[in-house]
Amino acid sequence: MTASKKTIKRRIHGVMFKLPLMITCNEFEDFILAYLEDELSSRERAIFKMHLSVCRECREYLKAYEASMELTKATMTSEETALPESVPEDLVAAVLAARKG
Amino acid sequence: MRLLRRRLKFDTSSERFEAGFGADFEASLQRSVPVVNTSLPEKEEPQKGDELALLRAGDPAASSNFVRDHISWMLAVARRILRDAGHAEDAVQNAFASIFAGLKNFEGRAALKTWMHRIVVNEALAIFRKNRPQKDESIDELLPVFDDNGCRIEAPWASFETPESLLQKSQTTDRVAELIEKLPDSYRVVLVLRDIEEMATSEVAEALGLSETNVKVRLHRARAALKKLLEPLIRGQEL
Repeated sequence: MTASKKTIKRRIHGVMFKLPLMITCNEFEDFILAYLEDELSSRERAIFKMHLSVCRECREYLKAYEASMELTKATMTSEETALPESVPEDLVAAVLAARKG
Repeated sequence: MRLLRRRLKFDTSSERFEAGFGADFEASLQRSVPVVNTSLPEKEEPQKGDELALLRAGDPAASSNFVRDHISWMLAVARRILRDAGHAEDAVQNAFASIFAGLKNFEGRAALKTWMHRIVVNEALAIFRKNRPQKDESIDELLPVFDDNGCRIEAPWASFETPESLLQKSQTTDRVAELIEKLPDSYRVVLVLRDIEEMATSEVAEALGLSETNVKVRLHRARAALKKLLEPLIRGQEL
């Protein structure tokens, strides 16, 4: 897409997002957390979904946002389950010495 | 329409961050004593009873086994909250001291590991608060960008690596850990506590001396910033 076509598309979006029951991407951003926590009313949820259905940018953004959360969780908790067998001996000794102390 | 818009928009403005954590946060420094949540439904495994009795009696072999069984995951938890390896070790040492001191009152109503997890988190947070920088670093350059019409600027996602496919690659975990460390401390700690240590918003708010709204705003910004940092991985441009 050329730069001028992009600008036109943005302008159309800009106008469209001001229609009733429409929100801008900026407003959409403020809803993401509540959407994921299931804290939106059914009306708010419908408005959120409506924006999602017409906005490629927000659709892809949200998908990546969720993928990033999933990746973080998966890697950080797997790190814990797949801990190295080697125990930090110095620290164990310090903890046990303090226990006796 | 304007009314609707106003109603819809979350009022984050009243909770805009202060530069630091505020007075509540400082006050919470004083109460680093671990809170035992006895209302947790999990029951302690029955075979652990003997081990606990020996531990309470100060049996050296039982103590040694206990420390060796738990120290690695506790260190991993502390390392996620504290960047500094030495600080993380201090947190683990303090946590064990609290655990040994608290064992005689531990009633086993909460799972042992849940109780210990909370203690190590609290000890790590106590050190975090003492050592955090005076001024918060800015997270703005990692946040999403919008044009004058409020339209998001997001480069098209031509390729998309799923978390599953990324997990197949051996370097992924280290890279993710490295990128999480790039987040400013005051945002990183909220993300770690909520999304990795799985604490509730209310618990995080209490632990950090922040309002729940402030925790939510920080969490969203931290996630948005981390999404930005992880983008090359998720787009399949790295690894």
